[in-house]
Amino acid sequence: MPESRALTDWIGFKTIIIREFSRIVRIWGQTIVPPAVTATLYFVIFGSLIGRRVGQVGGYDYMQFMAPGIIMMNVIQTSYGNVVSSFFGAKFGKHIEELLVSPLPNWLIVLGYAMGGVLRGVLVGSVVTVISLFFTHLSITHAPAILTAVFLTSFIFALGGFINALFAKNFDQISWFPTFVLTPLTYLGGVFYSVMMLPSWAHMASNANPILYMVSAFRFGFLGTSDVDLRLAYAIMIAAATAMFASAVTLLNRGTGIRD
Amino acid sequence: MHALVLRQLTKVYKNGIKALKAIDLTVDEGDFFALLGPNGAGKTTAIGITTSLVNKTSGVVEVFGHNIDNELEAAKSCIGLVPQEINFNMFETPFTIVVNQAGFYGIPRPLAKQRAEKYLKQLQLWDRRNSTARALSGGMKRRLMIARALMHEPRLLILDEPTAGVDIEIRRSMWEFLRNINAQGTTIILTTHYLEEAENLCRHVAIIEGGNIIERDSMTNVLRKLQTEVFVFNLRDARSVAPRLEGFTAVLADAHSLEIEMAKTQSLNDIFAQLSAQGIAINSMRNKVNRLEELFIRLVDGSARTAAAAKVS
Repeated sequence: MPESRALTDWIGFKTIIIREFSRIVRIWGQTIVPPAVTATLYFVIFGSLIGRRVGQVGGYDYMQFMAPGIIMMNVIQTSYGNVVSSFFGAKFGKHIEELLVSPLPNWLIVLGYAMGGVLRGVLVGSVVTVISLFFTHLSITHAPAILTAVFLTSFIFALGGFINALFAKNFDQISWFPTFVLTPLTYLGGVFYSVMMLPSWAHMASNANPILYMVSAFRFGFLGTSDVDLRLAYAIMIAAATAMFASAVTLLNRGTGIRD
Repeated sequence: MHALVLRQLTKVYKNGIKALKAIDLTVDEGDFFALLGPNGAGKTTAIGITTSLVNKTSGVVEVFGHNIDNELEAAKSCIGLVPQEINFNMFETPFTIVVNQAGFYGIPRPLAKQRAEKYLKQLQLWDRRNSTARALSGGMKRRLMIARALMHEPRLLILDEPTAGVDIEIRRSMWEFLRNINAQGTTIILTTHYLEEAENLCRHVAIIEGGNIIERDSMTNVLRKLQTEVFVFNLRDARSVAPRLEGFTAVLADAHSLEIEMAKTQSLNDIFAQLSAQGIAINSMRNKVNRLEELFIRLVDGSARTAAAAKVS
């Protein structure tokens, strides 16, 4: 056995990441290809065909403006989807018990799954970024903003997927939140448009949408401009990441959805 | 040292079912211990609490002196669990499953791979190490769960019906394997519905019924409590009625099978003498049921009757 608790935890954490990464690679046809195909269609239809008639948004070509939004949309959906399906699958197939009987602390199990979601979010985000380069020119103006926004956003939604999977009792319940909450919020979160284009009431309402801050922070990394105050955006993302992590660990400690 | 101590362990499920009613149980280090009971008696709940798959309502659980309330990780490190239901990822390979499990216990990957080879070979799964788990037979899946539980070389191995649905040949090879593991110092707790298995393997036994421990003793002492045995005699010639035997109760099960109940104080010689005197030839004989099975049924029936009487009064 390893000499220290920290080493045991580190090996356990790495093992969860390896297992999650292996899963992403093993079922690449479900994890990587669909977002790449969808993103390509968005770029073709909304970017090349319709986008040409839209003109400029926020001083940029529509395609240039939209591309960071499309990338972020895929990061959000895949980081959420990765954890919700992986963890619920483990719960449904009972192999989550492999982790629950192990000496790994619950916070590390949560972190491991969340990092698996981050990994897929980053992988898919990278693939979609490469695809976007076939359609538009993207220059990096602030790399730390891109990296931190992607990390924090995928971490938050990976944890969201974890919490959803904890509560879900069947496969329907892991699709409700993405369908009825996540997708509408993402589409209305400034992925395809600038909130500056909206009437004032809609602009105000959009400010209550946390995804707007994530997309805007990410877009700032490419375009150097943002629809929102970046300090507020990072404060919201850090607070959300902390609150989601604490909630997921508390729920797992209580055994919500997994222990009688 | 005690491998496992349960003190006043109680579990009440949300639906109000009292699965464990303040049970006390100790299992010594190095023991091969049988935890028996009918379905729904509380065996799996007790195991679930010990391995932290089920939350306890109250009571104390200690694994090699580590209390699960304040030294949970240390307690978990000591335990290897072979659960009742298949619970590995069916899309992964046996090799991946066992290596990952070792990782969850902090075993470095190179060592995990060495152990994977060792235990998959010992459990005759090495040739199938790269198949997907769902392609394995039922017996192979059970053996894979044993290999997985041994990857961190636990001091206490808990097996919840490990041979359910496994053919007799594989079951016997699993018994041999478990005997060796126990001989090397691993404490084993076994639940099983094959009471022959418990009688063959275990040195101590506890019987749990309705959330209570109704018997806990050495296997030898428990079996000694049996006062009578039933033997089945295979008759050479068909009969239509059972012969009258002085001091014994004989029942004709079918034309060629005679069941005779005898007390421990009586002798088989008396039976043979009386049968010979009546010109009845015997081809063969056997115990009607496994001895432990007989005792188990009596104890569980007795406990159920007591509970029913208490309810009425």
